[in-house]
Amino acid sequence: MNDGARTSTGFGNSKLEAPVRSFRPGKSWLYLPLIFMTIFYLLPMYVMLITGFKAFDEVDLKTMWDLPRSIAFDNYVAAFENLAPALKNSFVMVIPATLISSILGSLNGYVLAKWKFKGADFIFPFILFGMFIPYQSILIPLVQFMNAIGLSGIPALITAHVIYGIPITTLTFRNYYASLPQELIEAARIDGADMLGVYRYILLPISIPSFVVVLIWQFTSAWNDFLFAVILTGNQDWPITVALNNMAGSQIIAWNVQMAGAFLAALPTLLVYIFLGRYFLRGLLAGSLKG
Amino acid sequence: MFKNKDRYLSLILVMPSIAAVFIFIYVFIGWSVRVSLSKWKGLTPDYTWVGLDNYLQLFADPRFHVDIRNTITFTLIFVVGSIVLGFLLAVLLDQGLKGEAFFRTLFLFPMAISFIVTGVVWRWLMNPAEGSRMSGLNLLFSYINFDFLVNRWHTTPNWGIAAIALAAIWQMSGYTMALYLAGLRSIPQELREAAQIDGASEFQIYRHIVLPILTPVTLSALIILGHISLKVFDLIIAIAGKQLPLDVPAIYMWQSTFDGLFYGRGAAIGTLLLISVAVLIIPYMRYTLKSESQL
Repeated sequence: MNDGARTSTGFGNSKLEAPVRSFRPGKSWLYLPLIFMTIFYLLPMYVMLITGFKAFDEVDLKTMWDLPRSIAFDNYVAAFENLAPALKNSFVMVIPATLISSILGSLNGYVLAKWKFKGADFIFPFILFGMFIPYQSILIPLVQFMNAIGLSGIPALITAHVIYGIPITTLTFRNYYASLPQELIEAARIDGADMLGVYRYILLPISIPSFVVVLIWQFTSAWNDFLFAVILTGNQDWPITVALNNMAGSQIIAWNVQMAGAFLAALPTLLVYIFLGRYFLRGLLAGSLKG
Repeated sequence: MFKNKDRYLSLILVMPSIAAVFIFIYVFIGWSVRVSLSKWKGLTPDYTWVGLDNYLQLFADPRFHVDIRNTITFTLIFVVGSIVLGFLLAVLLDQGLKGEAFFRTLFLFPMAISFIVTGVVWRWLMNPAEGSRMSGLNLLFSYINFDFLVNRWHTTPNWGIAAIALAAIWQMSGYTMALYLAGLRSIPQELREAAQIDGASEFQIYRHIVLPILTPVTLSALIILGHISLKVFDLIIAIAGKQLPLDVPAIYMWQSTFDGLFYGRGAAIGTLLLISVAVLIIPYMRYTLKSESQL
């Protein structure tokens, strides 16, 4: 199983690529359940998309499954007008949060995997446990602490995402660096590289794929977070999840605009998934510790 | 062979992270536990020691009983549903069908979006309105003459939380599929072929060879999904808001603390959640890290 943790964060083909196996014609009935499940997974997307494209006068809960008679953008425009500040807040928050926790994770992973100081093996599980804790168990001190040091809004949210992101980014990089042969580092040291030199010239260039995995993972989880956002930000700096939830809870904004808003909120992470899906998957598998 | 300077440098590099994790996780947990043993209620912190009073009150609190019941129902449906569905999908995708990559991508995409988005969409799919105001999935069921499936979803008395679990299965079953598919792909082809030569049927191969090999995957899935269901919060909020019949510990914690300013009780719920997650996760981490170091 340990191989999993390594390949899931390293190079090479994603483990999910099928072995070359010939298609067995007698099995074409298997498409039936597959298509049924496809409908199950796509149904919410279908409603979300077609509702968004209906003109205001065409929107009715009673015809929610019907295709739009003509393509209109009323709902998307209305949703965007409502959510634009929150979308901006999300980007302003997610980009630094993602970058900083990824860089810290890479440095930690390097030191924990290759520069085993006394107690490194003892410390690692303690960092890892942070990945799983229910944040309800630290929420009260978190708010008190942020108030005490005068941090609020987006900077507070970035801080929380960076720190609570450290466990998973450290895990991913440590597993990858641990899979690299020690000789690689020793050879560089004989050539005169010091600790940072080894990192800068040997490990950093070959860990780009791990960076992609971690960046995607952090981007997705920070973008999708609701709990920290709802507690650390106010009206002015709500990220998209909080704004969307409040929009959906209000009686004033119609369901069709909510649907369009949900689509806008999902779009950035969906695009990342569509274009970088295999890296996304490696992050997922790493998140189960072993993959 | 390492110079001392490098050793110090490596320590300096990781120290900020370790210190931050130590404070934001372990100091905060300790702090939170301390709050749970206090009578703090109101805007100003009050650390007057009350022992286990907050916990005892919770155990006697009918609302907390609903929370526990809902958590158990949700966990059972969500975990079993995601594991069974994920396993079946993985087996289907492992049959060498054309278009496998397409289906795999499709089954996994809900993992990329937030529980809030899922909740906002499912809240309209699971619209419980009846008669001429019928919409969402109920409307779809009556279109295709599956009227017996029409139901009140999350407003069903006592079982509303099951409808939330359905939306959670939609979101997370792709993840178990991916775990199982990775497991299936790691089983050497020769093993199956040998069994085939010995005359084992496809079903027997799955029952006696594949399933036992996949036990660690099932264990991972159980624990990861189980701990997610203990923490469920966003999805319920987005589908139904804060409604008593759909209450769970995370929501009660929220309302006690930030709506009711009863910090002592909020911290007690948070601590109980932490304990239940730790009971699942710590043995799992020990097992995983041990099998790693044996390699």
